[in-house]
Amino acid sequence: MTLDQVKPGYGGIITAVGGEGALRHRLLDMGLTPKTHVMVRKVAPMGDPIELYLRSYVLTIRREDAAKIQLKEVSPV
Amino acid sequence: MSDLLALAGNQNCGKTTLFNCLTGSNQHVGNFPGVTVEKKEGPIKGHKDMILVDLPGIYSLSPYTSEEVVTRDFILKEHPKAVINIVDATNIERNLYLSLQLMELGIPMVIALNMMDEVRASGNSIDVELLSAHLGVPVIPISAGKNEGISDLLDAVTETVRHPKPPARMDFCRGEVHKAIHSIAHIIEDQAKTSGYPLRFAATKLVEGDELMIKALHLTSDQKHILNHMVENMEKALDMDREAALADMRYTFIEEICRDCVVKHRETREQVRSEKIDRLLTHKYLGIPIFLGIMLLIFWLTFSVLGAPLQDLLDNWIGVGTDWLEGVLVSAGTSEWVRSLLIDGVCAGVGSVLSFLPIIVLLFFFLSLLEDSGYMARVAFVMDKMLRKIGLSGRSFVPMLIGFGCSVPAIMATRTLSSDRDRKMTIVLTPFMSCSAKLPIYGMITMAFFPKQGGIVMFALYVLGMVVAILSGLLLKSTIFKGNPVPFVMELPSYRMPALRGVLMLMWEKAKDFIRKAFTIIFVAAIVIWFLQSFDWSLNWVEDSTDSILASIGSVIAPLFIPLGFDDWRASTALITGLTAKESVVSTLTVLTGAASDAQLSAVLHTIFTPVSSISFLAFTVLYMPCVAAFAATKRELGSLRAAVATAAYQTSVAYIAAFVIFQFGQLFFG
Repeated sequence: MTLDQVKPGYGGIITAVGGEGALRHRLLDMGLTPKTHVMVRKVAPMGDPIELYLRSYVLTIRREDAAKIQLKEVSPV
Repeated sequence: MSDLLALAGNQNCGKTTLFNCLTGSNQHVGNFPGVTVEKKEGPIKGHKDMILVDLPGIYSLSPYTSEEVVTRDFILKEHPKAVINIVDATNIERNLYLSLQLMELGIPMVIALNMMDEVRASGNSIDVELLSAHLGVPVIPISAGKNEGISDLLDAVTETVRHPKPPARMDFCRGEVHKAIHSIAHIIEDQAKTSGYPLRFAATKLVEGDELMIKALHLTSDQKHILNHMVENMEKALDMDREAALADMRYTFIEEICRDCVVKHRETREQVRSEKIDRLLTHKYLGIPIFLGIMLLIFWLTFSVLGAPLQDLLDNWIGVGTDWLEGVLVSAGTSEWVRSLLIDGVCAGVGSVLSFLPIIVLLFFFLSLLEDSGYMARVAFVMDKMLRKIGLSGRSFVPMLIGFGCSVPAIMATRTLSSDRDRKMTIVLTPFMSCSAKLPIYGMITMAFFPKQGGIVMFALYVLGMVVAILSGLLLKSTIFKGNPVPFVMELPSYRMPALRGVLMLMWEKAKDFIRKAFTIIFVAAIVIWFLQSFDWSLNWVEDSTDSILASIGSVIAPLFIPLGFDDWRASTALITGLTAKESVVSTLTVLTGAASDAQLSAVLHTIFTPVSSISFLAFTVLYMPCVAAFAATKRELGSLRAAVATAAYQTSVAYIAAFVIFQFGQLFFG
């Protein structure tokens, strides 16, 4: 399952981070690395971007970028 | 010789607060050479021999953003005596990610562990000594907002400067990554030394695939081959590509030390509170209305409740000062043209711009509250989808909104945008938002031509500005600002009370900036316009401005506006004087037409414009280059006169085209 399909209130463990160049580097730098648990907390009023919770902090990314992140063991948090 | 120190850390970790705390009000603001990244520096209070440089807030040392490149270049080339790395203790995992990369640079470092009060207050704890032992650098707990731990931090920094020791530990890797980094370190040892890069940093960046480093080291093709081979082996063994492998290595190391040193029972009170506040402020239906409400409130307070009386007050003072000066000049028996230069030129020109000062200071007061409280990041979150289509992110929304008030603070406010590209594009587009100084022009024309439909015409002009901004954005996105925008991957920091001192310092800094502009570029512009208005070509003093150089320039360029429907020299002259401040268009037209009343002015305007050409004139006024004050701000924020001139030329061309289209179509239907 990719991160953009995860409903608010659900979370899972990252298995792979796709994308390339600056975007991918940034995702990894911000702590979206494999084996990390990430939860979707909220969706912006216009449906995009989404709000994530990981490593005890809050991060926001766009849906199209979230689609490049693979998750496993998605369940309610 | 004073010692150079660098302050580095993530965004939103209290870096500016700590910087203000350490340097006090003695700061110098400029740009890093060659880029529009802000550089602040100042001597540390009580330690005049130590100069602290505030580096941009960053999350990593990747080669992808100018902020990150500036940081690594500064540390590598300027060789600061020590790096003070500020770390947010409530968000320690992600903050240490940058620390590990800074440590690899081999410069003595002290970690200032900020927000420790919040960690303690929520019943969590961090074993500072153990953390320091793990990392091999001194770690000092502080809370910059409460001024706690600052003297301990200064002691540690002084000690480090006196007895410099590079970080004791730079090896965070094991297994396959370790193998790769160490073997590559061996083969590039000489090149790293000759090009002045710390070996460990160079090797890590090569394994990571950092293009800047590959170029800087001038690797031979053999070396590149070996490098690629080793990286491939590592990737295969780890089943992860090189970038992920390195990020994973750093975070794995951080997770291990955090397991040892950090006891976290629950989220901090600030984090819990932020989630509650966000239930309202980023609410699905209420989020956008609340944001618009907040902006409306700020505008109302700035432009009417607080700004208008202050502006009147300042106007009065300037008037009193001008009268006094005039009296002095008269009694000193100075000639008429000297008096005119000082009174009509300098005092009137600079004075009219200076009276904007209260508005600018007030706007920045509110803006820094929004920024420092953490709300600005939510605005970006809420508005991002709207601006993405024109190649910007939600962060650009606020400067653009401020543009409806005044372009000057709007352009100055782009400083808070974290991406260089977004900043430049926002600076170009913001003046299309019709500023409040243009309202008198709309009023004058609609009164003469559309007394009943004034509201609709004005509304249409505002919409025109926005539509042109959108089209311009689309155009710029696919031409000059082509290429990938900086990714929108943004932290939503916990809401915090803004530090009053930081807010006041920002206001003071912006006020200083504006006053400096008023007395340099605007001063010169005022004198030039005065000169053109007061003399004819043989440099004779003219009583009637219809004989002035300005009027003849106006007549010369007037034919340019034939395709737009207004070729009267008075209209083109008014457009030129509008460059000092947009409301001057009205006063110039009044003076040049010799109209004694509003009714007379309306009558004369009917001889200059037709209803259709009055609309094209208005359209041109909405869109053409902003006033000198805004131009000066553009130059400062873009960091180059050439770029500012190009921007002004672009805006004026767009205005010309739009007015042309409006006039020609208007002629078809109504002509």
